[in-house]
Amino acid sequence: MSVRRVMGIETEYGISVPGQPGANPMVLSGDVVTTYAASRGIRPAQASWDYADEAPLRDARGFDMGRGVAHPSQLTDVEDPTMANVVLTNGARLYVDHAHPEYSSPEVTTPRDAVVWDKAGELVMREAVQRLATVPPGVNLYKNNTDGKGASYGTHENYLMSRRTPFARIIAQLTPFFVVRQVMCGSGRVGIGVDSRTTGYQIAQRSDFFEAEVGLETTLKRPIINTRDEPHAVADLYRRLHVILGDANHCDVANLVKMGSTSLVLAMIEDDAFTQDLGVRAPVKTLQAVSHDPTLRSTIELTDGRSIRPVELLRTFHELAAAYVDDKWGSDVDESTVEVLGWWDRVLTALEGDPMDARRWVDWVAKLSVLEGYRERDSLGWGDPRLKAVDIQWSDVRADRGLANRMAATDRVEVLVPEAEAAAAMDAAPEDTRAWFRGACLRKFPDSVVAASWDSVVVEVPGERSLQRIPILEPLRGTKDAVGDLVDGASDIRSLLESLAAADRGSD
Amino acid sequence: MAGQEQIKPGRRDDGPDDTPAPAAPAAQVADTDIDDILDEIDGVLETNAEEFVRGFVQKGGQ
Repeated sequence: MSVRRVMGIETEYGISVPGQPGANPMVLSGDVVTTYAASRGIRPAQASWDYADEAPLRDARGFDMGRGVAHPSQLTDVEDPTMANVVLTNGARLYVDHAHPEYSSPEVTTPRDAVVWDKAGELVMREAVQRLATVPPGVNLYKNNTDGKGASYGTHENYLMSRRTPFARIIAQLTPFFVVRQVMCGSGRVGIGVDSRTTGYQIAQRSDFFEAEVGLETTLKRPIINTRDEPHAVADLYRRLHVILGDANHCDVANLVKMGSTSLVLAMIEDDAFTQDLGVRAPVKTLQAVSHDPTLRSTIELTDGRSIRPVELLRTFHELAAAYVDDKWGSDVDESTVEVLGWWDRVLTALEGDPMDARRWVDWVAKLSVLEGYRERDSLGWGDPRLKAVDIQWSDVRADRGLANRMAATDRVEVLVPEAEAAAAMDAAPEDTRAWFRGACLRKFPDSVVAASWDSVVVEVPGERSLQRIPILEPLRGTKDAVGDLVDGASDIRSLLESLAAADRGSD
Repeated sequence: MAGQEQIKPGRRDDGPDDTPAPAAPAAQVADTDIDDILDEIDGVLETNAEEFVRGFVQKGGQ
């Protein structure tokens, strides 16, 4: 595989009410979801989540932790606003996860599309904020991953992988990459330590919150490699690698490189293409040490005894990936892979020299350039509240108040996905995955869809006593090419089911 | 995709680069730009930074 594979990004947003730090975040998150849903004509009782196939306690190492799957009765529990949970016509899921509103993007097949539908999620949150602002003081949302006081919330990446790849190989070969990847795509943070007890600046928002190398948890004892094995797809064929250590990105380039470089490294792991062991000593400690050195000058130790800079290790990964792509595809390489390798190289070249040269492309560098400007102009120490305020407000989703948004709007950071394209993706689903079918059902038959999930659409057919569940277990089926004509030609849900059944019989 | 800047893949050490190498004048431009950014941010940054930071309290998530 190249950089192309089924992937997606899910983001929990920070949430607060100006002047009311004690406001209930669960209720507020519910307001965000229901407000946005209402703006799109989605009733809470409609298009809720089908939990039947969810098994968050299943472990990729091959054992269950012992609790059954969530009961489908949760479907009907929509009276409680903190359970708000809807599927959008773009194929995404918008819901309350713990104490945060979360947008899980639809499945896409390229890193660039991952950026498009991730940015669409940001605009979804912005729309909710605008609507809630009509009742002061409103609700503010932040695309970041920590409050700097000890709490962290995630931006998770998902990559569909072949089930054949041994998980032990994934752990061994992906861990060193993850230890240093933050240098290319960390979002920067004022404060060192989970509760910022040491003043200073670090590369990544999340790194201080990781305590284990491998594990199932996501909220405590967070592991570099998460073993959740919940493929939302044909389980014999696929595993969904759930990546929990990344930061939320505002910079398109960093986001693209994050998704693309990871997908390429995974392709090499699947093909068993790594010819050298790049293992890093003490991965968790090193993850934090790398984050704590924005000069990028310190070295880390590899298990073979070498000491090298994080950027050098990333360069090695890039060289191996470029050679792998060249060897496998030569001049037949796809555009997405070329785009990722090109940006990956540019970003590394900048970071290898004066890291500040990457300020247009990488979040932590862009943020640092502004913070250093303040420090110099106003002689501020790292403990100054104004620097912390810049850090938080950087991620405000509003166009006028969000500092990262202003940097992009004034061409101070490189924009790969124009806002108009992201805005269209708030409603339109990716056309080349099953997200298209999910979104099309909601767009065309909103009153018939009772629930949906990653791998099913549940519909109510007039006159039928039981609900019909349409499985969509194969992520690359249900595309516009495959079922577009069927959906367009269906006058109602019954005729859609009939044509799907006929098409199925035809393909048998 | 129309109107979007296309980035050429890979590095070419032997050919002309699309973007000029940053020299002293470019560095000055960057300094001026940082001043402009700070002025702009001053205009939107929360006026009571200390209270704003103190009030940004989150519950842990995933």
